[in-house]
Amino acid sequence: MEKIWRKTLKPGEKWSGNIGRGKYIQFKALGEEANVSMLLYNMRDTSERYNMPDTLKAQYTAHLTKGNVLMSDNGRVLASIVEDSLGWHDTISGYTTRMMTDEKYGKTTYQESRNDWQRSGEENFLMELVRNDMGMRDMVPCVNLFSKVYVEEDGSMCYERGHCKEGATVTLRTEMDIVLILSNTPNTLNPLEKYPAVPVSVEVFNAPAVDLMDECVNHRPENHRAFENTWDYYHLLGL
Amino acid sequence: MYGLIKNKSNLKVEDAIYDETVSAGDGWMHELLPGETLRILDLEGNQAADTTFYDMTNPEDHYGAVTTIVMQKNIYLTTGSVLRTESGKPLLEITADITGRHDTLGGACSSQSNAVRYAREKIDMHNCRDSFMLQIGKDTYGFKKRDLAPNINFFMNVPVTKDGKLKFDDGVSAPGNYVEMRASEHTMVLISNCPQLNNPCNAYNPTPIRLLIWDAK
Repeated sequence: MEKIWRKTLKPGEKWSGNIGRGKYIQFKALGEEANVSMLLYNMRDTSERYNMPDTLKAQYTAHLTKGNVLMSDNGRVLASIVEDSLGWHDTISGYTTRMMTDEKYGKTTYQESRNDWQRSGEENFLMELVRNDMGMRDMVPCVNLFSKVYVEEDGSMCYERGHCKEGATVTLRTEMDIVLILSNTPNTLNPLEKYPAVPVSVEVFNAPAVDLMDECVNHRPENHRAFENTWDYYHLLGL
Repeated sequence: MYGLIKNKSNLKVEDAIYDETVSAGDGWMHELLPGETLRILDLEGNQAADTTFYDMTNPEDHYGAVTTIVMQKNIYLTTGSVLRTESGKPLLEITADITGRHDTLGGACSSQSNAVRYAREKIDMHNCRDSFMLQIGKDTYGFKKRDLAPNINFFMNVPVTKDGKLKFDDGVSAPGNYVEMRASEHTMVLISNCPQLNNPCNAYNPTPIRLLIWDAK
């Protein structure tokens, strides 16, 4: 398969860019306990964005894995999860703020640590949102690739240590032209006292056309309807 | 704190400075000043009140559902829960709660989510997102669709299991149940009294809510 693009996200690194529909995006953890926080927007109209509640309630799940789709607030599929070696990715534990990062790992500054200072998901996202002509208003619950956060009966949220092994992979397939924003920053609930420093590689390939036998299309009738909405959108645009 | 514990209020209805009933399918938008307390009363039981907030000193900072649950490390809201903005700033605290547990993962229903979840033919049914959009469309504050982030569903029961499943259960509320929250900041409140007819979030029977406000003591 032809590799279009490759990048390694260093610990603390961020990235944003446009990715057209019909691409595979494979993420690989180059160490244990990776966490990549991710936001997705429709490239043509960024007021349409990844919607955690609609994604979870349509698929009756509180976590993400192969077969699941990432839905927008307009009932369309921004991306599907077509491969997953872990079985659980999080979308309920958000991104680290500057305050959380300083409190948990100790305050660092660029002045003292130069590019080894400890970055936060909040600031990474905000910078990339502004780069894409958005801002604080557009910040919403994100996906956290490689992290497992489960919920006890009383509602308490628990981060599972050791869930992500070195070499773990998850592959998305874009179903719309998107703005993708990535932040390789620690999970908010990871109890580790040292700032986790795990690089993650990102590779993009051309994906074959989606057909009606596709696992993500058929995962649930809800998914099928969301795909129909997505196809309608592009048909009406003449694309 | 999270065992469906009832915590009654000492506030008296006759002392309220505001008292209105909002029908199912209607929206409501109102400012709270620091120290003011809002009560949402579930008049007939099992109603869902979809609610979100904005920090009026920085209206770009909307209610943060995930920020709120991560900072209390618990997905359910009840007495003592601090309701925060996306950036983590405390806006309100729940000070009384008869139901004991409220959802903030389930979001609001929309035309599109109804069409995806139930049937494409249901796209014309009235929904919370339309009520939110009508309210912000009529106001003069300049809120747009992009300001509509995941909200709270007061009185709604959305259990999450340890193995990662999410379901919509019958409500845990009852006629006369209420939840109260005190604002610590100048806060805009945006409510849609949910018109959903397709799931048990309001027992397939959307009913009115009553909203009361007390000034700072």
